[in-house]
Amino acid sequence: MEPAKIIEHSGGVIGVSWLLIALPLLGAAFLLLGGRKTDKFGHLLGVATAVASFVVGVLVFLQLLGFDPAERRRAVPLYDFIPGLTKMGLLVDPLSISFVLLITGVGSLIHIYSIGYMAHDPNRRRFFAYLNLFVAAMLLLVLADNYIGLYVGWEGVGLASYLLIGFWQHKPSAATAAKKAFIVNRVGDFGLAIAIFTIFTAFNTVSFAGVMESGADPSQGTLTAIGLLLLLGACGKSAQLPLQSWLLDAMEGPTPVSALIHAATMVTAGVYLVTRSGAMFFPEGSTAAIAVTIVGVATLLAGAIIGTAKDDIKKALAGSTMSQIGYMMLAAGIGPAGYAFAIAHLITHGFFKADMFLGAGSVMHGMNDEVDMRKYGGLRKVMPITFATFLVGYLAIIGFPLLSGYFTKDGIIESAMEYSSTLGWLAVLGAGITGFYMSRLVFMTFFGKKRWEADAHPHESPAVMTWPLIILSVGSIFLGGFLIVGNRFMTFLGPAVGQPEHLPSFHPFSVPGLVTLALVAAGAALAWFKYGAAEVPVTAPRGSFLTTFARRDLYGDALNEALFMRPGQWLTRLAVFFDNRGIDGLVNGIAAGIGGTSGRLRRVQTGFVRSYALSIFIGAAILVGAWFVVGNL
Amino acid sequence: MHYWLSTLIGVPVVGAIGVAAVKNELRAKQATLGISLLVLALAVAMAVQFSPNGDKFQFTETYDWVPSFGVHFGLGVDGIALVLILLSVVLVPIVVLASWHEAEGGKRSARTYFALLLVLEAMMIGVFAATDVFLFYVFFEAMLIPMYFMIGSYGGAQRSYAAVKFLLYSLFGGLLMLVAVIALYTIADKGSFMFSDLVGSIQDAGTQKWLFLGFFIAFAIKAPLWPFHTWLPDAAAQAPAGAAVLLVGVLDKVGTYGMLRFCLELFPAAADYFTPLVLVLSVVGIVYGAIVAIGQTDMKRLIAYTSISHFGFITLGVFAITVNGASGATLYMVNHGFSTGALFLIAGFLIHRRGSQYISDYGGVQKVAPILAGTFLVAGLSGLALPGLNSFVSEFMVLIGSYETQPVYAIIATSGVVLAAIYILWMYQRTMNGPTADSVREMKDLNGREKWVLAPLIAVIIALGFFPKPLLDVINPAVKDSISQVQHVQEASKASVAQEGQ
Repeated sequence: MEPAKIIEHSGGVIGVSWLLIALPLLGAAFLLLGGRKTDKFGHLLGVATAVASFVVGVLVFLQLLGFDPAERRRAVPLYDFIPGLTKMGLLVDPLSISFVLLITGVGSLIHIYSIGYMAHDPNRRRFFAYLNLFVAAMLLLVLADNYIGLYVGWEGVGLASYLLIGFWQHKPSAATAAKKAFIVNRVGDFGLAIAIFTIFTAFNTVSFAGVMESGADPSQGTLTAIGLLLLLGACGKSAQLPLQSWLLDAMEGPTPVSALIHAATMVTAGVYLVTRSGAMFFPEGSTAAIAVTIVGVATLLAGAIIGTAKDDIKKALAGSTMSQIGYMMLAAGIGPAGYAFAIAHLITHGFFKADMFLGAGSVMHGMNDEVDMRKYGGLRKVMPITFATFLVGYLAIIGFPLLSGYFTKDGIIESAMEYSSTLGWLAVLGAGITGFYMSRLVFMTFFGKKRWEADAHPHESPAVMTWPLIILSVGSIFLGGFLIVGNRFMTFLGPAVGQPEHLPSFHPFSVPGLVTLALVAAGAALAWFKYGAAEVPVTAPRGSFLTTFARRDLYGDALNEALFMRPGQWLTRLAVFFDNRGIDGLVNGIAAGIGGTSGRLRRVQTGFVRSYALSIFIGAAILVGAWFVVGNL
Repeated sequence: MHYWLSTLIGVPVVGAIGVAAVKNELRAKQATLGISLLVLALAVAMAVQFSPNGDKFQFTETYDWVPSFGVHFGLGVDGIALVLILLSVVLVPIVVLASWHEAEGGKRSARTYFALLLVLEAMMIGVFAATDVFLFYVFFEAMLIPMYFMIGSYGGAQRSYAAVKFLLYSLFGGLLMLVAVIALYTIADKGSFMFSDLVGSIQDAGTQKWLFLGFFIAFAIKAPLWPFHTWLPDAAAQAPAGAAVLLVGVLDKVGTYGMLRFCLELFPAAADYFTPLVLVLSVVGIVYGAIVAIGQTDMKRLIAYTSISHFGFITLGVFAITVNGASGATLYMVNHGFSTGALFLIAGFLIHRRGSQYISDYGGVQKVAPILAGTFLVAGLSGLALPGLNSFVSEFMVLIGSYETQPVYAIIATSGVVLAAIYILWMYQRTMNGPTADSVREMKDLNGREKWVLAPLIAVIIALGFFPKPLLDVINPAVKDSISQVQHVQEASKASVAQEGQ
């Protein structure tokens, strides 16, 4: 089934769905311009706008449900943005509203959690301003009805990410990580921008509806180029190979940021882009779509391997995020059979990964901001709520039967199997590694002996932090089953992205499913022997070269440094040298030559009147000469 | 009112004489501010009466000046000139306010500095409003004089060197243009220097090429286009911040404006012929300027090199010969004036506090002066064309417009978005982030006057990021007209190629 037609809409809550973006945007503007005067209530205002946006989102969702499924793609025109290029409008459809609910729902919870987490930070107001800015930009990204609007949101979230990674800007590491994230993302944006240029040139429009209905028939080569360029953009934003290197450094940001931006929402924007453009630029089996699946599988394995070697709890989770987004990309590349699983996994991942990141934040909050898991251990007794909610997230991500991740990840594996058994089995392997590294993380943190620093006095976090954890873990339990069983989500999403002719049926005991479970169990058992039952050394053992390989993020940074950074630095130095000596030197040399000596040049410089007189004289001479030349033409 | 443009030029000239005559320095400053605001108000009052789809040139006034040679004092604006005049008159009062204490250490009196500012304003309006080619040339050259004094008398340590270099480069270009102007007059044989009389008067392609080069080299030095750029970093780094704003923000735009107005309309066949050359220079400038900017150690030089990169975008857009490209380029001229203007002014505020232009003398300023740092970031983000801010619209239009006809150049130019992120964010990190350097620990945040300087700039930067339509509605019809001549040439040559093929 092809995606449904987009209908122009007015009236109702959908007619004012721009409020979704405007509310947090106003919040951000007010808090940034209000300055210190808004310090007292800044965090509350920040929460209020996010929650208000969520409420609007729910109302929009309800109105959308009232329409016949084939009429659930609603365009809301706003204004003439760039005359001759694009108007600005919103597209409210099952795909965008799914994101809206995730962004504002999980976003609101993370806002609330941050009240507690950032309570002692003198710049808490600014933090909430940036969070609001992020929510607004992310909503624009998913709601825009055209590629340029999407691009505005796309770079807007990049800005928010930059500001929030570098929130503790006095730390050089944070400032560097922020800059790195922005620059690597810009490499992806380079691809996205050229994709948009090509779309405009081929279709004479950049709106989704216009591209769908333009009737233009560009060559296969053009379509493939657009697909691959969009994929480059997606790789940047979603930290997929080869543009993954920024995500691990991005963990320098405060933990709620890691949860919201670098796990639940922003990093999934690449999956959104591929899904949104799927019918046009990633048709089933096309070169671009195959490239998406390959990038997905490569990243799901790379992320999992990185996750196994990290002792920093946030970086282990970041590796896991890369890996899980790899699953989503894989599914998105498969086509209509995979879209629903990609987005469903994206949503459940939003819940259980945010749950675990916030849980990690809660642990850090109680442990003097320590992130090294080798200095944790035995925390389940002192932080019972954090432990219980983290455990739920953990079980969900490894695909424990009947929890959220079980349904959504299994859906991806099943559809990958059908698509290509090689990719399918690699996805199964990834699931096994996930079982290992997530178990390792949980055992090192919550089980075993205490390996705390002397001044650590771990304690449970306040209610304002634990309640969001509880709500997220409820979602981590039930959401997957709710979405997948009976193909509820697939039929809902169908009108927006297309759906396969035959809806898949859920096999709880398929061979890949059982192998997956067995591998996950084996991974967990291995982790238990190494990190649960056995003593965990406080300093990391040297490990084999494989361990080093994984610890150093598969040499991603080393590669970037060797290929781009060093040559870039040399090129810069060379260019500066050339500019000073080469071009300028040549010019000064000529000037000196004309003047006779450089000494005379200096004298010319000191006497304005003389130099001006000289110039006028030369000018007049040239003039007269020219007059003769021209006169004789 | 029939005399809009002559009034706009006359008011600052008369004002300058008055300011120079006033003995009290504070009164002189206040008067300058008042006059520049009056000019702004008059310009806005004129602009709202402009009808985008009306005559090509509006508010026209023509007086005989040297009748025996057909030289006129001819004024008039189309959409392109109008937005550039608006840019100039918005920037001048901002620069006046920003330069309140800047001229105090100069060789000449502060009153002179402000009088020069007003003279410069009149020249800037005149150069964009001139509809007589000779009058344009006169303003083009006369603009140099106040700027020369502003750099040479109020600039940094190397001011004399920078000022003379600026003057010699510009004079050289100006003389080439003068030769071309006179040749154009002679060959066209219309007995008139009026632009409208000269359009379409040169049909021979060979003649067009020589005349084109005369104009183009002058404009390429003015803009400046790579490799004619080396005077700009010196001039911008040595000029007082306010003068640097007008130099890079407005004066350099006369070069790119001249290409769009004169090179394309008077010599369309030559413009078509030289397009590949200009495109190469443009993309080399974009990449080269950005790379050299990354390596700078001096803040003002860095900003100057980013401008060289940005001018590459503008000429790329102009010579893409598409509506989006040329409209984007025109909007780029305006946006660049605001964003680079803001960058120079904030850098000036920083330098005024710390007494050093070197990036390495700063660090962690964000902690002690968060508002200053915040405005610096917004201006910088505008410089790297972040969506939601003004420059994005123009840069995207230039790129999409040039992609339509020149995809390879557009792709190379797009790499500038990555390089821009590097030079801006690295400068920001080195000055604003990290632990606070001892030397800036006592630094004060923006004071009231400085906030008033930056608030309008930041407001414009954001407003034009989301609502560029009012400007584009004015620019688009004018640009369509400007590039139509070259488009005819292109179509004709395509048709002849097709015929030969048959």
